[in-house]
Amino acid sequence: MSDLKESTPETEEASPRPIRWGMIALWVAVFSLLALLGWGLVNTNATRPEKGEEAPALSVEFFNGYEWEDRATADLLDMRGKVVVMNFWASWCVECRLEADLIEDTWRKYEDQDVVFLGVAYADVEPKSIEYLHEFDITYPNAPDLGTDISDEYEITGVPETFFIDKEGVIQHVQIGPLNQQTMDVVIQQLLGEG
Amino acid sequence: MQRFIHTVIYALLFLSLFTMVQPLLAQDSVVSDDEVNEIAKDVYCPVCESTPLDVCATQACADWRELIRTKLGEGQSKEEIFDYFSRQYGDGVLADPPATGLSLIILWVLPIVLVLIAALFFSRIMRNLRSKPAAVPDTAAAGESRVERDVSATPVKQAAGDDYLARIEEEVG
Repeated sequence: MSDLKESTPETEEASPRPIRWGMIALWVAVFSLLALLGWGLVNTNATRPEKGEEAPALSVEFFNGYEWEDRATADLLDMRGKVVVMNFWASWCVECRLEADLIEDTWRKYEDQDVVFLGVAYADVEPKSIEYLHEFDITYPNAPDLGTDISDEYEITGVPETFFIDKEGVIQHVQIGPLNQQTMDVVIQQLLGEG
Repeated sequence: MQRFIHTVIYALLFLSLFTMVQPLLAQDSVVSDDEVNEIAKDVYCPVCESTPLDVCATQACADWRELIRTKLGEGQSKEEIFDYFSRQYGDGVLADPPATGLSLIILWVLPIVLVLIAALFFSRIMRNLRSKPAAVPDTAAAGESRVERDVSATPVKQAAGDDYLARIEEEVG
């Protein structure tokens, strides 16, 4: 009789349901997995920062002899208040060679003003980079893209690519491919407030 | 005098032996293409995606292969060279990136989690299947034939059969 009483539906409902830890863990794992995949998807679809967007933070370790204001390392934040012309290049890149003299000449033209030229050697071998810098008698600050961190942040699709960043750290022009004198002068003078 | 002649002969012998052995020693220190490619096959240049360094024909990859040759010539080990490439160009250039940070999650933790989830789902499905009651009673055990079972399962047909038999018996008398 007592057995019958125990198995009645009322008594079954009254007893607390055990916590199903297995199911909880399962759903947590599924949601974590989905979140991870979503994050990966967002990262894969990340696009190059364009005009009007804040320039992604970057940190550089300059080549010996190519430092900026005698600093061995610098962040983009240190250059705030100056126009930054950041050029991605490589010694193996044929088109970079076409613009190398032009960039150096423009640097020499504006170096006394609030402009920083920053060369970033992409996927290059250091001795070859130094050889290239000597070959074109380059004097503006240059650094390797260590760990390809900078090119990843700026989502470059190749070299050469040049980003013109204003004094507030906002990207104002992106040049895909080789530069020309007119573009450099117009953009730099505009960003210096002379245009 | 004889001692002097012997010394000169020994010196000449030593010199000629040295000149013969020296090129062989120098050859040993030259790094072969095979040695370079043994490392290059596990490195990917970011310029030529999905192409290992040993078969990539671009100048960038040729420079990287030369760098490997230089480092091997300096006596660096395979691991030291991989470390250098990872530091200089990121983990993404290695065919077998070190299991740290995100790559640890994606390459090691994620597959294990996926297998565990699959196993958990499978075990739950199997448990549900086992716990369901059997839908068809085991009639064979009761000694009932399939025909008998069908007949007993259709009472209307059975009743109709009884009627028919009664009428025949009536007519036959």
